[in-house]
Amino acid sequence: MHLEVNHLYKQFQTRKGSLLVLKDINLHVETGEFVCAVGASGSGKSTLLRLIAGLDMPTGGEITVDGIRVIGPGADRGMVFQSYTLYPWMSVAKNVGFGLEMQGISKAEQRSRVTYYLDVVGLTEFAHAFPRELSGGMKQRVAIARALACQPKILLMDEPFGALDVQTKEAMQQFLLDLWQRTGTTILMITHDVEEAVFLSQRVYVLTARPGTIRQELQVELPGDRSYKIKRKSLFQDYRDEIMDLLRAKPLGTTLS
Amino acid sequence: MITQPLSSAANPQAPEAQGLKPTVFWGIAEDIPQPLQWGLMGLSITVPFGLWWLLANSGVINPKFLPSPIEVAQAFGNLWQKGYLLQDTFASFFRVGSGFLLAAILSVPIGIGMGTFASIRALMEPIIGIVRYMPAPAFIPLLIIYLGLDEPPKIALIFIGTIFFNILMIMDGVKFVPKDLIETTYTLGGQRLQVLLRVITPYVVPKIIDTFRVNMAASWNLVVVAELLAANEGLGKRIELAQRFFRTDEIFACLIVLGLIGFAIDLTFRWILKTSCKWAIE
Repeated sequence: MHLEVNHLYKQFQTRKGSLLVLKDINLHVETGEFVCAVGASGSGKSTLLRLIAGLDMPTGGEITVDGIRVIGPGADRGMVFQSYTLYPWMSVAKNVGFGLEMQGISKAEQRSRVTYYLDVVGLTEFAHAFPRELSGGMKQRVAIARALACQPKILLMDEPFGALDVQTKEAMQQFLLDLWQRTGTTILMITHDVEEAVFLSQRVYVLTARPGTIRQELQVELPGDRSYKIKRKSLFQDYRDEIMDLLRAKPLGTTLS
Repeated sequence: MITQPLSSAANPQAPEAQGLKPTVFWGIAEDIPQPLQWGLMGLSITVPFGLWWLLANSGVINPKFLPSPIEVAQAFGNLWQKGYLLQDTFASFFRVGSGFLLAAILSVPIGIGMGTFASIRALMEPIIGIVRYMPAPAFIPLLIIYLGLDEPPKIALIFIGTIFFNILMIMDGVKFVPKDLIETTYTLGGQRLQVLLRVITPYVVPKIIDTFRVNMAASWNLVVVAELLAANEGLGKRIELAQRFFRTDEIFACLIVLGLIGFAIDLTFRWILKTSCKWAIE
């Protein structure tokens, strides 16, 4: 898997005129990587992810997955949104299997993948529950299982834990990290939470706002297994502070809109 | 100390108590206790009924104009015994049922189509916006010219009177399908047709049922209008006949029957919604 974003521009037409949201974005994600794009609100990071997912079309530049240009959404790029996007009339198991069903994958294969991915996210005993019976963290785990069941080349996550309380969020981060290590899924995640980005990813793209531009790319090298305790280590805090400084330091002369 | 604020909160009479005074009856967007609710619901029926009974028995109004509840009950029994009531109810039910069913069958795909595709909306909304403001009863003369005096004009009237509202309300329901849910479906490999049939449609089913419930009332209005004009039987026809013979007691009886049928239909739709779309309740 090789995701490449080349000289990507995105402009929106508003009533007040055109608004440049993304300016000359270049990034790449390789097989098995966990990459975060971190930026403040207005940095166009959600737009960037939507473009990669194919839910919006760029104004300029191009996005390729394994050399093939992205022209629309597809199951090779799974997506997890911040809002809970489960189908409320389907059970958890039906939700997880829905993508496979739509793609016409055989019933037997559907069953085995649903069973497997429900186990991966630890929700086997909730297979027959309905979304409204689940907590926020559980709903996101179902959404992750549903995306993974399609076995996408890359999993795109748009602030997936943004609506969760602090404790749940921390547990979900640990969960996602374990899942990534176990399944070897390639992940590109968007977040405004700097600690989250440092904790989870191997590489971080720092985006500054108006227009959204990649300010810097950082390798995060933290020794040993990552657990919440690592957040207290000075190396972790150095990474965090460095990114915070990058986000703070706005070039002079940028206009506020 | 934590006990300090707690003890003063428990005693609203305390001089230092402040804030919005508690209330049961006037609580906004809050439930009332069950006994109070049932009591008030009982009053809602018994008070108007009691006033009617008092007024009818006071002798102030000529009983020819205002029959007492007992006379109305007798009229009801009389109509029932003669078999009119069942026959009329059945006739009206048939007309409402056929007209409404036709309107429903067409309005679901059109409404969902208009809600889903801006193109279909642009194509249909202007004409529907105009036609729906033409009062359905104004079509009666035309319908009689085109379709005669039998059942077809009555069924057509109900069809015309409900289809446009059905369409617009169902279209509105589609607006509430979260965009994220639609986009998620694309990223799961869903095609547009699958989004339409397997995401949008199930999502609006509760809204469709509720639309039918609301617009059913309109079709009961129209069936009576149609029957007042030309019919051999039906509850509207019965009212018209009763007027000719100055039988206000029969008119009252038919009105109450109409109200009760409507109420029963309303409850039925609520029940269908509750049992078939558990996920949408709350």
